[in-house]
Amino acid sequence: MNAEVTHEFSGAPLGTPVYELTHVSKTYARNLVVALEDINLTLRKGSFTSVIGSSGCGKSTLLKIMAGLIPPTKGRVILQGKPVTGTRRDIGMMFQQATLFPWKTAVENIVLPIEIRDGKAAAKQAMAKAHQLLDIVGLNGFENVYPNELSGGMAQRASICRMLITEPAVLLLDEPFSALDELSRDMMNMELQRICREQEATAFLVTHSIQEAVILSNEIVVLKPRPGRIAEIVEVDLPRPRTLDMMTTPKFGAIVDYIRSLLDKGEEM
Amino acid sequence: MSQVQDYSPSAKDAGTAEDTVWEQKVHFIDSVPRWIAMTFVFVVFVGTWQIVTSLGLVSPIILPTPMETLRDMIFVGQNLLTGGYMLGALWITFKEVVYGFALAIAIGFSLGVLVGETAFGEKAVMPYLVAIDTMPKVAFAPLFVAWLGFGIESKVALAAFIATFPIVVGTAAGLHAADENARMLFKTMGASRMQTLIKMKLPTGLPQIFTGLKIGAVGVMAGAITGEFLGGGKGFGELIRVAASQLNTPRVFSLILYLSLVGLAVFASVVWTQRKLVFWHKEQVGRDDF
Repeated sequence: MNAEVTHEFSGAPLGTPVYELTHVSKTYARNLVVALEDINLTLRKGSFTSVIGSSGCGKSTLLKIMAGLIPPTKGRVILQGKPVTGTRRDIGMMFQQATLFPWKTAVENIVLPIEIRDGKAAAKQAMAKAHQLLDIVGLNGFENVYPNELSGGMAQRASICRMLITEPAVLLLDEPFSALDELSRDMMNMELQRICREQEATAFLVTHSIQEAVILSNEIVVLKPRPGRIAEIVEVDLPRPRTLDMMTTPKFGAIVDYIRSLLDKGEEM
Repeated sequence: MSQVQDYSPSAKDAGTAEDTVWEQKVHFIDSVPRWIAMTFVFVVFVGTWQIVTSLGLVSPIILPTPMETLRDMIFVGQNLLTGGYMLGALWITFKEVVYGFALAIAIGFSLGVLVGETAFGEKAVMPYLVAIDTMPKVAFAPLFVAWLGFGIESKVALAAFIATFPIVVGTAAGLHAADENARMLFKTMGASRMQTLIKMKLPTGLPQIFTGLKIGAVGVMAGAITGEFLGGGKGFGELIRVAASQLNTPRVFSLILYLSLVGLAVFASVVWTQRKLVFWHKEQVGRDDF
């Protein structure tokens, strides 16, 4: 693996807090809907955290607040020692759709964040790095292909590269593989885990799938709806790295069942 | 082969094997090449025309025979090719159309960006544009003549006036075409408003913008000719008007046919540009682009 790509995103050792959310609340003033209430959360460097909850529990709102896309009504969000007051360069984001731009080739899409940030010349220089990233996700040879010719899974791989090219400290993942079929989804999840471990990235995943959350995460934040608040933070003490075989173990099943029971409780209220 | 037959219940003779083959029915029209189908419609059309005129159902002053029309088309074609007075008239109309379209693109695109990109434009300018768009624009022709005279300026103005609105609407719609994820992505990348507009919103909206341009390209022709009908001048529209007032219907028909070539050229140039620029858009090669 090339040293340039695998370098550490920040000097801090694994385990130091990267993201700190204290008493974060969000109220949509117009209709007085409380979307989030008193969220306290710490993400440590190199950790993988998932947030799970039924629709309308404020998962997306939480992610948008963390990304600096919308401000919280109350509370503070600190990322790497500095408060988040808008979008930041040390945040990488990925969505359910690959959102590749069809008029750009795969590699042009990947260097787009560099182009936006530092201009066309810098984007050209970043091409070499984009090629390495494409190698990592198994897309070499597809550099100059247009997104229309990529399958859903391939497009998401390319969008992983685009997220990684700016070497973000945290990866915010909004149901990134939920549009894929189950086989590709499992494969992509393992890929994601490998990349996160290699890059020592701190990841935060929003998902609907309990299995996906359990197989990937150190910690799972279970949200209760109306108003969205933390029901429990479940530690997943399966050994790392995870493999797909673990999904058949009794321990995995027990954790899944436990989280499902938490979610069911949330629904009753 | 034998395995296949084992599965079929009555696999005794060779004839039953064919029963398992699907017979795919091809609809008749799908087996006919396009040019033959088009020629067929043309022949039916001209044939009906010939029958109607030769039976004397319609007065020859109102509807000439196909032959008369063809003869006149050859005459007009010769005049055009030898650089006769008709070529000059066609050149004038062509200029009106091109200038009108260029003006409509410039104004329409600018207004479209204003209306589609800024909250002020959407709130304060759009209602006026909608109000003006609902007015019969041809009714403004006498005003343009009064303001700009009988030269090509008044025709250019009317042509541009008619073609501007679809371009405004297309541009504004195009700027709204980008989805929520693309917007969020650009926000997270720290893109400025200008970058978001140029690198994301405008390219995303190109299909809609070109739809507006195509509607505009049709309107600009109508505008130029209407302008000539109502404001005189020396263009092709004037030739048509004079021919019609002399009840020279074959001439009117052939002039219209040649005129349509100009409209077709403008439209084709828009489609060509679209193919070059919006190569990535799937519906781009759809039925609306001949």
